[in-house]
Amino acid sequence: MTPQELFQRDREWHPPAYTKDYKTSVARSPRNALLSVQNSDSELTGPTFGHNDFDPLDNDLIRNYAKNGGPIGERIIVHGRVLDELGRPVPNTLVEIWQANAGGRYRHKKDTYLAPIDPNFGGCGRTLTDDNGYYVFRTVKPGAYPWRNWVNNWRPAHIHVSVFGTAFAQRLITQMYFEGDPLIAKCPIVKTIPDQRAIDQLVAALDLNATIPLDSIAYKFDIVLRGHRSTFFENRPEGN
Amino acid sequence: MVQGLNYLKESASQTAGPYVHIGLAPWAAGFDIYRKELGHDITGPNAKGERITVTGTVTDGTGAPVKDVLIEVWQANADGVYPGKGAVEDGFRGWGRIIPDFDTGVFSFETVKPGVVIGRNSRPMAPHLNLWLVARGINIGLNTRMYFGDEDAANAADPVLNLIEQAHRRETLIARADGNSYHFDICLQGDAETVFLDV
Ligand SMILES: [Fe+3]
Repeated sequence: MTPQELFQRDREWHPPAYTKDYKTSVARSPRNALLSVQNSDSELTGPTFGHNDFDPLDNDLIRNYAKNGGPIGERIIVHGRVLDELGRPVPNTLVEIWQANAGGRYRHKKDTYLAPIDPNFGGCGRTLTDDNGYYVFRTVKPGAYPWRNWVNNWRPAHIHVSVFGTAFAQRLITQMYFEGDPLIAKCPIVKTIPDQRAIDQLVAALDLNATIPLDSIAYKFDIVLRGHRSTFFENRPEGN
Repeated sequence: MVQGLNYLKESASQTAGPYVHIGLAPWAAGFDIYRKELGHDITGPNAKGERITVTGTVTDGTGAPVKDVLIEVWQANADGVYPGKGAVEDGFRGWGRIIPDFDTGVFSFETVKPGVVIGRNSRPMAPHLNLWLVARGINIGLNTRMYFGDEDAANAADPVLNLIEQAHRRETLIARADGNSYHFDICLQGDAETVFLDV
């Protein structure tokens, strides 16, 4: 049986391709209209992953690259659920994250920011959601960093997040921001999103109930993927 | 006032940025962290069918290669079956991650040619790869398909290719065939802009 079709993506909620204040988008944005395609198996199926693809430390960025001690920075827990638009949990789906270190430097051969590499911090993690769609990572809080757009742009502290869902058309990459960061309102990448409510949805809440006292502070970040339609009445095949 | 529908909203997309490799392909970022990095092998060792190589370049509106792009591939096996939908060969994941050469922007990957997949209303779809592109400057991942240049009859009947109103733009989704090698360039913008899909 073919899986249920997905709710249409709300293109007024997502950023458009062309956003002139995020300058790299100018030459990288398609100018023709997207071709609207109703879902087939090509969009409604998607890759799956199993626990034997991963190691227990993969979601612990404080330990998964530690060489001779822990990474520098504020110890944090990032946790939440992957849900669909009907509020149902998405279990056993892959969540991958990547981030700068506490000084705002990425472990990437193309990052040349003058803040130092942290010898004990890789900056990536991955995990499968549990049966209730729940995930958790431990890491350090990333620093803000400058980037070349306008002369003086700074990214708010953020963690990049990649999620799969069950259908290839649910594939999503987004960024998680931190409650209270004054740079969020200044960032041209954040402001590619036209609706303030959609921005607020990407700001993780300080979650004191989930902290580990005297150890790590916590932020809660739920991720929502496209929902599946209910089939009340089957479409008749065309021409019948 | 009316009753609330109370649906949640999909989390808004944000660009993957220039350092997407740290998260999704750390070896390309220049370090080794996971015992097993995902996405290197689309087919596994037991896949039936024709082994093929696909090469190409993604270019921007100025004609320059997009060297930091990351492409994900999702495909059926040689029988036209997607993993999860029916039985496939042991180890066939049908999914992979493609990273171009950072200096040239040229990508190359190996897989097997997928079979015909039955689409909506039982209409066959010509063999194709489903592609999803993310990069710095791309605010929301771009979906497209790659069809095969040696499948003229199947392509002519394909329901998605036939949705493209301007016939010459269908060519942007068809890879040039040379034996078991295929060449497929993707243009984000410009005269040869690839047809991207809202799926
Ligand atoms: Fe970043």
